[in-house]
Amino acid sequence: MPKVQKFLNGICLAFVVVIFALPFVWMISTSLKTLGETLVFPPQWLPENLVWQNFVDAWNSGPFLKYFLNSVIVAVGILIFQFATVIPAAYAFARYNFPLKNFFFAITMVTLMIPAQLIFLPVFLNLSSWGLLDTLWGLILPFATSAFGIFLLRQTFKQVPEEVIEAARLDNASEWKIMRRIMVPMAKPTLVTFGLFSFITHWNDYFWPLVMTTTDQSRTLPLGIAQLRQVEGGASWNILMAGNMILVIPILIIFFIAQRQIIRAFVYTGVK
Amino acid sequence: MSQDLLSHLPDNQPVAVTTRRSVSRDFLRPYIMIAPALIVFLLFFLFPIGYMIYLSFHEWNFISPEKTYVGLKNFKRLVADPLFLEVIRNSLVYTFLSVFLTITISLALSLWLNKKGWIYSFIQGAVFSPHIISLVSVSMLWMWMMDADYGLLNWFVEKLGFEKVPWLTDPKFALISLVIVSVWKSVGYYTLIFIAGLQSIPKNLYEAASLDKTPKWRVLTKITLPMLSPTLFFLTIIGLINSIQVFETINIMTGGGPVNSTKTLVYYIYENGFVFFKLGNASAAGVILLIILTILTLIYFKVLSKKVHYQ
Repeated sequence: MPKVQKFLNGICLAFVVVIFALPFVWMISTSLKTLGETLVFPPQWLPENLVWQNFVDAWNSGPFLKYFLNSVIVAVGILIFQFATVIPAAYAFARYNFPLKNFFFAITMVTLMIPAQLIFLPVFLNLSSWGLLDTLWGLILPFATSAFGIFLLRQTFKQVPEEVIEAARLDNASEWKIMRRIMVPMAKPTLVTFGLFSFITHWNDYFWPLVMTTTDQSRTLPLGIAQLRQVEGGASWNILMAGNMILVIPILIIFFIAQRQIIRAFVYTGVK
Repeated sequence: MSQDLLSHLPDNQPVAVTTRRSVSRDFLRPYIMIAPALIVFLLFFLFPIGYMIYLSFHEWNFISPEKTYVGLKNFKRLVADPLFLEVIRNSLVYTFLSVFLTITISLALSLWLNKKGWIYSFIQGAVFSPHIISLVSVSMLWMWMMDADYGLLNWFVEKLGFEKVPWLTDPKFALISLVIVSVWKSVGYYTLIFIAGLQSIPKNLYEAASLDKTPKWRVLTKITLPMLSPTLFFLTIIGLINSIQVFETINIMTGGGPVNSTKTLVYYIYENGFVFFKLGNASAAGVILLIILTILTLIYFKVLSKKVHYQ
């Protein structure tokens, strides 16, 4: 590339990085400012002193430990249920022939196309008549399995050579044992991919807990953060951004550690 | 998110045949293995869809024990309601604008950023990062950025020599502002999928073109874009499906206002169901969303089965 072109390319690259990274930098900077420092125009780029107190204030403005624990319980609970239901179902769809298999798989694929935003109202009514409204079960059970996970894992299980399974059968291994000891370890990369995808999605989720909870007993972190606006007043941007950081930091840490896997987890879904 | 993955892969791989063990156990085993998943699907996905369709023909306020059958009255009322028509218009404007902008920008970015080297993978990561951040954080962050008096965005706007823009408080701008947030959040995801699509184009096509000394723009229009058309099509449909369901940013950033200018379909369902307790009305609007999503999905599978590009 000629020098001028290379220089222009560099400028454009920097511009793109600014567009996507600057809001995050701005969030961090704001979260460490005094209220006065946020209310100036033109904006002040960096805080004079780092006000860590904002994080304490945000955390103490509501039962944030409760929110945090609820978020962990819900995201991890969903993950455990999903592994427990997805692995056997994917294995059955990948490795067995049985009457009505295609019908049941079609049901799975139809479910894949049904978003929470479509069914929240009737599910809300059902949960309410089962007494599961405003409980953590109401946040976990509807996602106790994943059509996406079944689809993804089925592809992986199909690629395991038949000889491997035949050899295990000759050794008199039970079908369950074959699944647990041979198939699951071989599918580990897919399980990690799916696990990251599921955890991040449900950790971030705002819509479902918003609709299905009514008290702090079962609210999750995203709801708590969104509520900060009512608690702290809509203009306490330093506190609001500090609260935001509490929600974002765990995800950003995971992203830095497992960037490759996370990108694969999300992008894999878009590529055949 | 869940609809990002569609089954269109061949389904006819060899399947293990169990032998030697007790017949009834072998016969039942696959059903036992799929049962937990299917029970969840039935309870939380399929049955609710049926229930919603049932409710859409009834009037019910959640408290009274009676659900009154009213035929198509809920739908007729929706069509006659100027607010609902505005909601549909908002949804369509939002959907088409954000899909068009996201696709165009991410296509351009992917053509540019599809290169080797740590700089490019770093930038791909940076562009992608908003996609894994909670919509709550994204919404709050952008509310702050779009603050009319002290927001960073208006500082840029003034630097460029324009007047401060009331991003979220003026009906003229609010919907556009939400589109900007949606584009910012999802453009990286689309870019990476486009890049994956670009990388799956056979290299020999480009080698042949370079032997022929084909000009660059011809390579783009005659090789790259046609070969990318399945990805383009996939992302367009996914984008339409996702955008038509927008809710979180609206709920946090504008609450449907100012003067209903950002009220969209899912927000309307939410408000009718949980604020006004008009469950029949909300369900009827839900059925309309169901119809839209079904049509988009059917188009997807229909075109997919024909294949978009010809090799």
